[in-house]
Amino acid sequence: MHDQSTRRDFIALAGSAAVFAVTLRPAEATPASMAAAIRSVVGGEPVKTGKVKLDVPPLVENGNTVPMTVSVASPMAPEDHVKSIHVFNEKNPQPNMGNFYLGPQAGRAQVSTRIRLADSQKVVAIAKLSDGSFWSASVDVVVTLAACTDEVV
Amino acid sequence: MASALINVPAKAKRGEIIEIKTLMSHIMETGYRHTASGEAVPRDIITSFICRFNGSEIFRADLFPAISANPFMSFFTTVTESGKFEFEWVGDNGFAEKASAAISVE
Repeated sequence: MHDQSTRRDFIALAGSAAVFAVTLRPAEATPASMAAAIRSVVGGEPVKTGKVKLDVPPLVENGNTVPMTVSVASPMAPEDHVKSIHVFNEKNPQPNMGNFYLGPQAGRAQVSTRIRLADSQKVVAIAKLSDGSFWSASVDVVVTLAACTDEVV
Repeated sequence: MASALINVPAKAKRGEIIEIKTLMSHIMETGYRHTASGEAVPRDIITSFICRFNGSEIFRADLFPAISANPFMSFFTTVTESGKFEFEWVGDNGFAEKASAAISVE
């Protein structure tokens, strides 16, 4: 009997450890260079999903100029605002796309620009809030005509 | 040669949140393309953009080759007083451009 209870304990412990490991891992596996670029921004802090809205068309004809809007649900008050927004990609030659720094005077945490996409891939936006927490959103984009990084001029 | 397009409302109410749109003409050469003879085309991009209102910074961006040619930026700010927005683009090969726009707040 004693033997059985320890085995049960072990299984319970292993189960909770597995749950813990799953929650720590990002939602999906991402290529190493993007993960490294994200790590250089967030450090060791956990990145939660939510609050951030990343608007990129899901189907893009021309990867050379893709409209992108990132907005963050935030009151933009001095005690609770978005400090910066960072955008990353998986398959362009460089994982970084842009860093945008805002302050509470912005009133609305929203930034728009136009980006290049070298391939169909995932784009990730991460927002840093004034309390030090990080929030993210990601979008999978299908590109029919890629921004030709190896194009001959 | 380089020219900027700035869109800032001329008038706003005190405390209003306004949108600012900017566009700077620039090739944003990625540095990843090459010529027919195989030589790499050197990178030539705008690396940073700053917007100040009456001297204090309200928005800043680091740009990478993944930003499209003729970089477009749109962002928001709360206006509390009349004044001047100053925009500054800095990039490779000594690229530096400035522009400004005034707003009157009632």
